[in-house]
Amino acid sequence: MADGTSRPVGVIASAPPEMRRSGSLKLLARRQSSVAFMLCLPLILLICGFVIYPAFYALFLSMLNKKMTTFVGLGNFAFLLKRHTFQLVIFQSCLFAVTAVVMKALLGFIIAHLMHNIPGKHQRIWRGLLLVPWVIPLALSTLTWWWMFDPSYSAFNWILNQFGFANVPWLGVGWIARVCTITVNVWFGTPFFMIMYLAALKSVPEALYEAASIDGAGARQKLFFVTLPMMRNIIAITVLFSLIVTFADFDIVRILTAGGPEDMTHVFATYAFQVGIQSGDIPLGASVSLFMFPILAFAALFVLRGVTQRTKDIAA
Amino acid sequence: MSAHLGKPLRSAVSGLARAQVAARTIGEAAARTKAGRNSLHRQRQWALWGSYAALAVFVVFFLMPPFYTLMTSLKSSAEISSETGSPWVVHHPTLENFWYLITYPNFQTYYLNSVVITVLTVAVSMIISVLAAFSLARMGFWGSNALSTGVFLTYLIPPSLLFIPLFQIVGWLGMINSVWCLVLLYPTQAVPFCTWIMIGYFSSIPKELDEAALIDGASYMQILLKIFIPVAMPGIIAATIFAFTVAWGAFLYPLAYLYTSNQMVLTVGIISDLIRGDVFQWGKIMAACLLASLPPIIIYAFLMDYYVAGLTAGVTKG
Repeated sequence: MADGTSRPVGVIASAPPEMRRSGSLKLLARRQSSVAFMLCLPLILLICGFVIYPAFYALFLSMLNKKMTTFVGLGNFAFLLKRHTFQLVIFQSCLFAVTAVVMKALLGFIIAHLMHNIPGKHQRIWRGLLLVPWVIPLALSTLTWWWMFDPSYSAFNWILNQFGFANVPWLGVGWIARVCTITVNVWFGTPFFMIMYLAALKSVPEALYEAASIDGAGARQKLFFVTLPMMRNIIAITVLFSLIVTFADFDIVRILTAGGPEDMTHVFATYAFQVGIQSGDIPLGASVSLFMFPILAFAALFVLRGVTQRTKDIAA
Repeated sequence: MSAHLGKPLRSAVSGLARAQVAARTIGEAAARTKAGRNSLHRQRQWALWGSYAALAVFVVFFLMPPFYTLMTSLKSSAEISSETGSPWVVHHPTLENFWYLITYPNFQTYYLNSVVITVLTVAVSMIISVLAAFSLARMGFWGSNALSTGVFLTYLIPPSLLFIPLFQIVGWLGMINSVWCLVLLYPTQAVPFCTWIMIGYFSSIPKELDEAALIDGASYMQILLKIFIPVAMPGIIAATIFAFTVAWGAFLYPLAYLYTSNQMVLTVGIISDLIRGDVFQWGKIMAACLLASLPPIIIYAFLMDYYVAGLTAGVTKG
């Protein structure tokens, strides 16, 4: 009916506008793309001015001597690699990032499953409670951790004393301090994994689990053959993304230990800060930061691949 | 006769037997499913209580530091330095730390600086990212796809990678030790992700909507303001919260670029002001942490759902 009435009108009316439109359409397209470019201009300027330019400038800086007067090529990098402190930094950064991310992913996965088990109306309040660490600014909550690790009258040592154990110098001994920094990072980062995995769990169709139960799958088989394959992409993206953030972490180590004891807890960011800003050797600090780049770029590439893959899957 | 009757009778008997067997099996099956349902129900119940118990353990671990912050903030300096009794409880609660901070001019400056910088950062970031996302999601131009990918990659650059060259650049702009440099630098952290979220929300708006508006003679600005922003409000809220979180909690940039107390923001001001050498005024530090965490906690308490939805959509939907 609608066809019957609209078609003749369309035939009569559409001929002249079509001719007109072919001309104006091109103009519109040209105008549209230039308007589109103008709308993106602030973004482009921001990224060029404060991301791309500084990145190349960092490369240039890292090849100067301390007074920034002579060009030393790769001298700073060679100097750093030979230094024992810097070797510790590389080791600790990798240890910190890998251990913390694995712990966060595991705990996040477990908590997401527990949350998924309980009825939906209770989930909100529990989720709210579990997200608190992630809501408080990290620099401020790290201060509380510092106070809890305090050697003389600390919260943890008091509990140990109640059970008859001796005081532990939490941040005073290298390996214990390393464990402490990792613990704080896990405390801060687990909620992020939890909400990501919870969202992923909810997106797995219930029918798959039903089909698996009919085929006689147990809880473990459902986990390995339904849940994990369905969540694989999100797990990969979250882990890689967190790897970048954790690897580049600054706040926790800076506040808790400032790199000590004996430089054993320094990570790239805190070491770059100490060398570049505090000691004023800007070129050397820039080179320390740049050491992060290959690892970050590697992780970023895989995140990007995962995201585009995911977009294609959804589009298909 | 028996032979005549035999067949139907036999069939009747066998039918009865079959019916009996069937009835028995049905009965058994029913009994079995009943028992099964019971044990399954019981299993579920146990799993549920187990989940609650395990979650409670995690909640204790995750809420321990905030709880300790609150307890310490209510203690007087004398109670903290006496070092007697459990540090986990307050024996003589007092609000003197909070009162000290509220009337302390430096703390007021930090708070004001934080609020001003955060509001400006959020405004600048949202304007930049909404305009860019509208253009990238709908209009497109030569190279816009590459730009979308580039925006996502920028989001993956952590602040600690470029803070040293930025130190030089901030120096050239004459903004070292000026709180305003943060308004220039924070958007680099906030804009990429905000744009990314907004591209996702804008792309999900049906094309027919803006085509209809275009035919009715609406301009692009009208389409953006009257259709896209109202429809994508949940995305706008999520992106705003992200920008707020970045600006309120940042620590590295203010620590590296600001050094006098009249230019500091909360995160660095608390540390540099309340820790003097070896003297830690823990009661005041903890009270300050609590006051500084209040705005994010309030915002998240009301708008958490939007933020979580935006965040998970950003990663799960790409």
